[in-house]
Amino acid sequence: MRARFRVARGEFTLDVDLSLPASGVTALFGPSGCGKTTLLRAIAGLERHDDGYLQIGETTWQDADLFVPPHRRALGYVFQEASLFEHLTVRSNLDYAANRVPAAERRVPVDRAVELLGIGTLLDRRPAHLSGGERQRVAIARALAASPRLLLMDEPLASLDRQRKGEILPYLESLHRELDMPLLYVSHSHDEVARLADHLVLLECGRAEGSGPIDEMLTRLDLSLAHGPDAEALIEATVSEHDEEFDLTYLDSGVGRFSVARRALPVGSRVRVRVAARDVSLTLSPQSDTSILNIFPATVEEVAAEAEGQATVRLKVGGIPMLARVTRKSAAALGLESGKKVFAQAKSVALLA
Amino acid sequence: MPTGADLTALGVTLKLAALATTVLLLLGTPLAWWLSRTRWRFKFVLEAVVALPLVLPPTVLGFYLLIAFGPHGPLGKLMAAVGGPPLAFSFSGLLVGSVIYSMPFVVQPLQDAFAAVGRRPLEVAATLRASPIDRFFSVAVPLARPGFLTATVLGFAHTVGEFGVVLMIGGNIPGETQVLSIALYDHVEGLEYGHAHWLSGGLLLTSFLMLIAVYGLNRRFRVLRP
Amino acid sequence: MKILATAALVGLLVGVPASAERIRVAVASNFAGAARKIVERFEARVDHQVDLSLGSTGKHYAQIVHGAPFDAFLAADAWRPELLERDGLARSGSRFTYARGRLVLWSATVGLVDPGGRVLDQGEFRHLAIAHPELAPYGRAAREVLTALGRWDALAARLVRGEDVGQAFQFVASGNAELGFVSYSQVRQLEGSIDGSLWQVPENLYSPIEQQAVLLSDREAARAFLRFLRGAEALEIIRDAGYGAP
Repeated sequence: MRARFRVARGEFTLDVDLSLPASGVTALFGPSGCGKTTLLRAIAGLERHDDGYLQIGETTWQDADLFVPPHRRALGYVFQEASLFEHLTVRSNLDYAANRVPAAERRVPVDRAVELLGIGTLLDRRPAHLSGGERQRVAIARALAASPRLLLMDEPLASLDRQRKGEILPYLESLHRELDMPLLYVSHSHDEVARLADHLVLLECGRAEGSGPIDEMLTRLDLSLAHGPDAEALIEATVSEHDEEFDLTYLDSGVGRFSVARRALPVGSRVRVRVAARDVSLTLSPQSDTSILNIFPATVEEVAAEAEGQATVRLKVGGIPMLARVTRKSAAALGLESGKKVFAQAKSVALLA
Repeated sequence: MPTGADLTALGVTLKLAALATTVLLLLGTPLAWWLSRTRWRFKFVLEAVVALPLVLPPTVLGFYLLIAFGPHGPLGKLMAAVGGPPLAFSFSGLLVGSVIYSMPFVVQPLQDAFAAVGRRPLEVAATLRASPIDRFFSVAVPLARPGFLTATVLGFAHTVGEFGVVLMIGGNIPGETQVLSIALYDHVEGLEYGHAHWLSGGLLLTSFLMLIAVYGLNRRFRVLRP
Repeated sequence: MKILATAALVGLLVGVPASAERIRVAVASNFAGAARKIVERFEARVDHQVDLSLGSTGKHYAQIVHGAPFDAFLAADAWRPELLERDGLARSGSRFTYARGRLVLWSATVGLVDPGGRVLDQGEFRHLAIAHPELAPYGRAAREVLTALGRWDALAARLVRGEDVGQAFQFVASGNAELGFVSYSQVRQLEGSIDGSLWQVPENLYSPIEQQAVLLSDREAARAFLRFLRGAEALEIIRDAGYGAP
């Protein structure tokens, strides 16, 4: 998928040229007002900007002489507010989408969408009688029932409280697993992106600062993401075994084996492990007299100085990038520089599942 | 008791109101839709034109229509050119007059209702593969239902109550252009206050019931809206 | 509010000589032009002031019955003043005919109406406008003329009725009705701005259209005005406006 748009509207300009993977979840991430929604609306064709180019697979939706109107684009769009049709029941909302899909393009039956979002008991209700979380689940199911080739979501959780977010996130993750449907997901929430995204586009002030696989993007020292107080690495892992005696769960990953507090997950489940840079300390030799369980041999790739005497160190562990936040003094004392062999000890890790 | 002529006038009135309301819905819906969507800079000029019958004395409108319908007026010339019958003193002329006269009562509720629908539901429909016409009928119209109800009842009621315009262009022809309000006027002028009471009371009651219906039903619909 | 009203009242009492009065007179619309000229002359002679309220005789009648504060009433017919007198709402004995309406068959088209009114027999027209035959004196007169000529039934389908003669005139002036029975005073008032054609209907074809006036209040200024209305000076104005003398 290729999207190029140039938009000038008063003070605001958007100027992006992106090549995005045709599968998985791509997060458009950045602060409010950076052009995420504008870009998403341009991709959907809801706003027409003449200076643009958009191609999905082999299909061109917009170029210099062509503008395919939104209703001829096989896409699904989930807005920040659920925006259900208030005059229709939940079932009719879903049918509205399904009935307009040509038979040859039908990929997601209504029943499947209902099942994926767990809204089977809501079908005969009117939108006015649904909770915020339920409304948003119906909106997502409705977008799926349109059998889109591309699913667009504009901060679908932003208008929900924390509890409702927690209610919906698992459904979003399951979409990711169950459906082979590329998803473009606008968010300014670090947490949502960490849980859902495979690919990340970092938008700032209307420009794409970078675009790539999420583990790379989070740890690139030339981007802002690696420098904030919340800088972290994401590592894909598999649940390998549970330790009854010590109440631990062991996860295997490209980095090595993680030990985390026990979670009731079946062995073999795919999970994501979040390792915050400030929780990672570095030693030159492997420590055995330490309480820290998660210790991995690593190679320093790059060191960047931070404010307040801090430094961020980008490491590679078994080919997988990680970050460590240390003092500049320690970095000097340990002689951290590119190629240096060290041991990374993660004081705590968070499991996303 | 109403006279036979009153009943004929009632028939003319109901036929006029029903036809005028139908024409108004057909013309007013696209106009109201356009007004609610457009970003045209001078849209307010058109809105003011639509609203004119609200503030103009009906006799002013009637007077200009009489001039326009005449052999030297634009509408009179147009009808003559296409070989149509003259509009003055005819039911068709009353229909034209009523459509203009009741226009704001149909267009304004519809425009407000369409504006209240907002852009979002239509954008959603567009992303669900609904073409512009499709989303107008499947989303905008049902969501604007209270507006249609209000527009229909107000357009009808206002046409029933129309007097000044008919007075100027009707010619008071029984069965053709003599409507209820004119019959009422004649009763009053002729000091037949008994008949006048029958008609006035009937008109008052009917109008009141129609307005009750609008407000009552709109309240019920509002419950369904968030 | 009260203070203002009192001040205004005091101002009136102090600023105007005791004999001067301000009266309100209801006048039939068809007599408006002549009435204005008469008031102008009247006010030049005396200290009184006259406010004219123009309108249809039917409406004026209803207003007077419901207590409208008019001092005199110049009606378009004799019927309403008679009713007011009978019901004690007008000063008894004050009623008189101040003008006699003259009916004409008029068209805004040159040459359509011939001086003998034969156009009514030939019938080269679609609409013939008249005032309401039951409500308006000119309408009644028009019906009498058509009946006398034996054309009432034949032309019934082509009649368009104005509520009053003013409307009938408007139907003809705008060309929507090719011709109509109107008041000669209306045609006079055009002062040649429309080159039409007309037939002065012989007065033996219709009963007189008597426009009558009555006194409604006991005020001296109102009496003076009605006296002036019967005088030679007013009569000249009335004749000039196209009415017959009483």
